[in-house]
Amino acid sequence: MTVKTEAVGREWPATTYEVGKEKIGEYARVVGLDNPVYFDREAARAAGYRDVVAPPMFAVVYSSPAVGPAMLDPDVGMNFAAMVHGGQEFEWNEPACSGDEITTTAKCLDISEKDGKGFYVFETNAVNQNGDLVARGTWTLIVRGV
Amino acid sequence: MADLNVGDAIPELKVTPDKYLPHRYAGASGDFNPIHIDPELAKAVGLPGTILHGLYMMGLVARAATDLAGGEPKALKRLSVQFRGMGAPETEIAVTGTVKEAGDGTVTVDVVAAQGENQTIRNAEAEVVVG
Repeated sequence: MTVKTEAVGREWPATTYEVGKEKIGEYARVVGLDNPVYFDREAARAAGYRDVVAPPMFAVVYSSPAVGPAMLDPDVGMNFAAMVHGGQEFEWNEPACSGDEITTTAKCLDISEKDGKGFYVFETNAVNQNGDLVARGTWTLIVRGV
Repeated sequence: MADLNVGDAIPELKVTPDKYLPHRYAGASGDFNPIHIDPELAKAVGLPGTILHGLYMMGLVARAATDLAGGEPKALKRLSVQFRGMGAPETEIAVTGTVKEAGDGTVTVDVVAAQGENQTIRNAEAEVVVG
C-alpha cells in the first residue's frame, strides 16, 4: 500500500477564531505561565501589548480548527489509529491579543512515504483582523504501516 | 538580561504534571483525544495509561525559551520540535537546552524535554530575542 498524494498543494477553507481573555488565562495557567501580561489587561498594556496577550503556543488553539478538517479529509487518507504527531514548528510575528479575530488557512505541503511510514506535512497561516501574519505553523504527522 | 553565549546551558525547567493535567490541557487546547484522558481506552490501544499531549510538552519548551527573555511572549520568534517519545503524567519533565547560535540580540537554543532517560522532545530549536 502506498500513500495518496493527490491532496498535496490543496488548501482548506479558512476558519476564524476570536481570542478571549479568559481562554488565554486558562491556557497560561495549565502550562504554568505566570507573567501578568497573560491575565491582566493593565499589565499587558504597560508591556506594550494592545490587550491581554496569548502565549506563543496558544497558536495551537486558534490554528487547530483549520488544520483538523485537513487532516481528516478522505483525500489525505490518514489512518488515525496509527498516527503520531511527529513534529511541529511555529514562527511568530504579530502577537495575538484578546479581542483579535484570527483567520487561519491550512494547506497540505507534502505527503511522502519512507520505510513503511507515511509523512503528512501541513502548513497553517494565521492572520489577524488587520491582515497581519500572527503565526505560521508546520505540522508533521507520521502514520506507521502505510 | 543574562548574557548567553554559544555552548551555554539555559536554566533547567522542571515540572511534574499531576494526574489531571491532561484533562485541563484538553480543555484549554480543545484536543480531547481520549488517549490523553481515558485510562481504559489508552490501555486498550496498548499504552501504559493516559499520555501527555505532545503540544503540552512543547508548551513547556516554549515556556523555558521565553524565560530566557524574562517571560516575554513576543521574544519567542520560532520554535521547532520533534516528538520522539510519549510523556506520562505524574512524572517529572526536565526541559534543558544549550545555546548553539548567538548574535544581534538573538539566541538559537537546542532544547530537549525528558522524563528520566525518555526524551519526549528532541532536536527542538528555539529562536529567542534576548537583547
